[in-house]
Amino acid sequence: MTRVAFAALLSHWGRNPVQLFTLLAGLALATGLWSGVQAINAEARASYDAAASTLDEGRYDRLVARDGAAFGQDVFVTLRRAGWLVSPMLSGDLDGVRLIGIDALTAPAGMGPVTLGGDVNLAAFLTGGNQVFANALTASRLDGVDVLISPDLADHTAVADIGMAQRLLDRAGRIDSLLVLPDQPRDLPPLAQIAPDLTLQPAQGGTDIAGLTDSFHLNLTAFGLLSFAVGIFIVHGAIGLAFEQRRGMVRTLRALGLPLRRLIGLMLAELLVFALVAGVIGVALGYVIAALLLPDVAATLRGLYGADVSGTLQLRPSWWASGLGIAFAGTLLAGGSALWGIARMPLLAAAQPRALAMAAGRRARWQMGAALVLLAVAFVLAFNADGLVTGFALLGTLLIGAALALPPVLNAVLAFASGRARGVTAQWFWADTRQQLPGLSLALMALMLAIAANIGVSTMVSSFRLTFTGFLDQRLASELYVSTDSAEQTAALIAFAESRGVVVLPIQSADVQIAGQPAEVFGTRDHATYRDNWRFLQSTPDAWDATFAGQAVVINEQLARRGALGLGDMVTIGSLTLPVAGIYGDYGNPIGQVVLAEDPFAAQFPNVEARQFGLRVPGEVAAVVTDLTAATGIGAGQTIDQAGIKAVSLAIFERTFTVTTALNILTLAVAGFAILMSLLTLAAMRVPQLAPAWAMGMTRSALGRLELLRAVMLAVLTAALALPLGLALAWVLLAVVNVAAFGWQLPMYLFPLDYARLGGFALLAAVLAAGWPAWRLARTPPGDLLKVFANER
Amino acid sequence: MNAKALILCLLPVTASAQGFAGLGTEVEGFSTPAPDPVFDFPADHGPHPDYRIEWWYLTANLEDADGTPYGLQWTLFRSALAPYEAEGWDSPQLWMGHAAVTTETEHFVAERLARGGIGQAGVVADPFSAWIDDWALEGDWQTLQMRATGADFGYDMTLSAAGPLVFHGEGGYSVKSAAGQASYYYSQPFFEIAGTLHLPTGDVEVTGNAWLDREWSSQPLADNQTGWDWFSLLFDDGNKLMGFRLQQTDGMNYTSATWITAEGETTPYADGALQVEPLMTNAAGVPVHWRLTLPARGVDVTVEALNDDAWMATSVPYWEGPVTFQGTHQGRGYLEMTGYD
Repeated sequence: MTRVAFAALLSHWGRNPVQLFTLLAGLALATGLWSGVQAINAEARASYDAAASTLDEGRYDRLVARDGAAFGQDVFVTLRRAGWLVSPMLSGDLDGVRLIGIDALTAPAGMGPVTLGGDVNLAAFLTGGNQVFANALTASRLDGVDVLISPDLADHTAVADIGMAQRLLDRAGRIDSLLVLPDQPRDLPPLAQIAPDLTLQPAQGGTDIAGLTDSFHLNLTAFGLLSFAVGIFIVHGAIGLAFEQRRGMVRTLRALGLPLRRLIGLMLAELLVFALVAGVIGVALGYVIAALLLPDVAATLRGLYGADVSGTLQLRPSWWASGLGIAFAGTLLAGGSALWGIARMPLLAAAQPRALAMAAGRRARWQMGAALVLLAVAFVLAFNADGLVTGFALLGTLLIGAALALPPVLNAVLAFASGRARGVTAQWFWADTRQQLPGLSLALMALMLAIAANIGVSTMVSSFRLTFTGFLDQRLASELYVSTDSAEQTAALIAFAESRGVVVLPIQSADVQIAGQPAEVFGTRDHATYRDNWRFLQSTPDAWDATFAGQAVVINEQLARRGALGLGDMVTIGSLTLPVAGIYGDYGNPIGQVVLAEDPFAAQFPNVEARQFGLRVPGEVAAVVTDLTAATGIGAGQTIDQAGIKAVSLAIFERTFTVTTALNILTLAVAGFAILMSLLTLAAMRVPQLAPAWAMGMTRSALGRLELLRAVMLAVLTAALALPLGLALAWVLLAVVNVAAFGWQLPMYLFPLDYARLGGFALLAAVLAAGWPAWRLARTPPGDLLKVFANER
Repeated sequence: MNAKALILCLLPVTASAQGFAGLGTEVEGFSTPAPDPVFDFPADHGPHPDYRIEWWYLTANLEDADGTPYGLQWTLFRSALAPYEAEGWDSPQLWMGHAAVTTETEHFVAERLARGGIGQAGVVADPFSAWIDDWALEGDWQTLQMRATGADFGYDMTLSAAGPLVFHGEGGYSVKSAAGQASYYYSQPFFEIAGTLHLPTGDVEVTGNAWLDREWSSQPLADNQTGWDWFSLLFDDGNKLMGFRLQQTDGMNYTSATWITAEGETTPYADGALQVEPLMTNAAGVPVHWRLTLPARGVDVTVEALNDDAWMATSVPYWEGPVTFQGTHQGRGYLEMTGYD
């Protein structure tokens, strides 16, 4: 009985292959986008974890020289012999790879090449056997050393014994820093007594980077969920339709004695089989998406946050679990109400299939109510959201509320148009469109979400780009940047600049804690460069005068937000307490900044010596660089011209959004697919409705044209409604989510041309999706249309 | 760095681990001890880099003014990856320091690791100084200063020798197996010790007796030997006994003993003369009660640990703690057991 009943249920799909395809494809696409995004996230996180477990130097306090320079390893021995448990580190560039030298014997537990296996020659590692550990990708860049592959090491990082690193980097006897182990012995002599030239740098805790990269992942996850939601709309539609069409069959099966419980069980089993098949396809699809996008994500994260992510993809069991899990969850979500309907259906009622439109009446009211509630919540959140969670809650309520509101709103618009229509054909067109709306509404909701996401994200990207470019012009005002590596070079540079009438602006900073936040203090020379180029978000009228007079400071927006500092609030730097005179935008910088005049800076940080300088070069930069090298011995590697920095910064920035753009296009494609599938499904059902129109003299090609026109009209209406939603989405991203994630707000700019182009794309998607069904309609054999009358019930 | 890697550290270049801490591993390029040694002091108090393994191993039985007993350990191990010394980080000489203080209820342990060649750890024969980080054992062997610190304990001690050095086996050539593995082995068992223990509960002034072992070799264990049980016993009548049992994979044992009179005269006892028998193990399966018999001297005693949990949870783990004994004789001493992890 069970087997026969199951076969009967499944036979429906044999008769409706398009529906089956819609169901499976929708679910697979949704799962694919979701798991692709998850895969990227998981891969990136795994990369951080690898980096963290290999050499998480930031986890430990460290001792560094006050001037930041390298120091002799005898300091290490002195400290050890005084009882301090410290471990030396040295790092430097080797063939473009960051080579880190460690002492495995004194390093904190868990540090060092993590996969020391039986075949590792540890004696060779320790005693200058020319051994370096790196992952396979990094290994391919290193020549002349015996590279052992350690897959857990982060990209662009190689680890060697400290003695080996000193040799490879040509820095014999030197170390950069000493890690301070967490458990020190009792009764240690004070640092000032044994190593007065060193200063203790507290552990970074690694949370800043984690917070920033989290926000990026959260962004990706939001897009993954959005795509998934679009896909679930499709699946919901397909399942709802299939269950609707099988009501007769259900009635028959139950009349034949199949218990309701078993019937529900069978239908559930059927859905789960579909979920499994679609889930597997989806995860595979997700792998492809992730593999295509991952290099860009890696580049983005590296560029924005300095976080190293491997550009290669590894298949992880967690994706399969998460992908299949979401496929099952989505199927149950989409099929739940349909199953519930079947479970509550009286045994002999509902013998005839209800028209979808009939059910829609009651549903519409409920839907409008839910939409209003969600939009009301969104409205409240818009004024109260202050974190990532509430920000994303705002996004969610806004998008779902708007999607739910779409069919009732479209219905009202169509009713209005219908009332205004003149002529029989026009009236029929509007009425028929309203009749079709329930069947298309899920696809249209998907389309609206896709368009809105596109508008929102492109607004954010373009606003960011505009702001960022302007910001670079302000902040990289000096024509040439020079770094020196000794006091002699600095003196030579200053002498050279004086002889050429070039203004030298030192860039010197110290790390401090301000209002409980880590921040950098910059000691800045009074010059028109700052007064002319820096734009304040808020400032007192004489902000720069007060600052350069040593009477005030200016701070960046990040510090102002995180430290809750406003104009006039006091900031304490060492023994100095000054009011905030201005707040400037500082995009892309994770930590707080304070700009202090040069003299008070020198008083507070007597040991900080400027090693970087901005040069205001009046004429041609290249000639000055040549002369500078000749006069001072400062190499080309120590100078950067502004155009170079700008180009690099912009390139990094461009890549950041490649991923977002790619996901946008995919989302739009999925929405187009939803329309296509909805129209194909409706096409067969619509023959009885079209046959009378045909019988009354409308040609099939006229009917086809009207079908196409309808799709375009609906797409235009949807796009028009998506525009305000997209702008609202952009506002949430810029003013709420960005502030929560990055600590700064971006001004929002509008880009009507971009929106028009997006609308064009949406239209194109609708036309492409509607084209084939319309073409099929125009080719419907007259016999099929006639049969409608022959078979009339 | 994990324990596995650390044990790897202690291994020679090409061999696979055998016996406790790889001490049963074949040697290549390293010198091996030969019979009839001629010692050269103070030079031989210093390191012998051409031998693979060497230690300066001090244990002490202490008591405070109230008579509360304590045990103390200060050990510096040298383990060579290659049979030479070199300047800087290229040195193949690895150093490992272990310090411990044992009370009746607690056992404090600290460990330090270092490479030779950079000055962080080493031993100089004359004037004698053995150190790793801030831990040190220094002086002229008549008087030695000793200190060590851990996260929760430390000590500062002064040692003075009240007797001569004693040589184990045949004049300091101590055979470890029937196959002929051997080490150079001498001791100073006559140290009187006094100083301060720094414990979490406060400083404690203590006095007592200390025993310093010097041993070096390249393959002290045969390849079928998995560990040892080593006893140093101080009899109340002034005599002393050093005895050890080497465990073999075939279930047999190899024993050796040295009887030391109060004047420092020694009598070596070859395999079989000393018999040791575990009587009771602690919760971790390590024997903490033993019966020791040396019929040639009329010795039949029961040895009991002061604290059953004197486990050295170091990168190469073992048990080391103070003991007392009863029976035909009585007194106190130290017990070391390896190969039980």
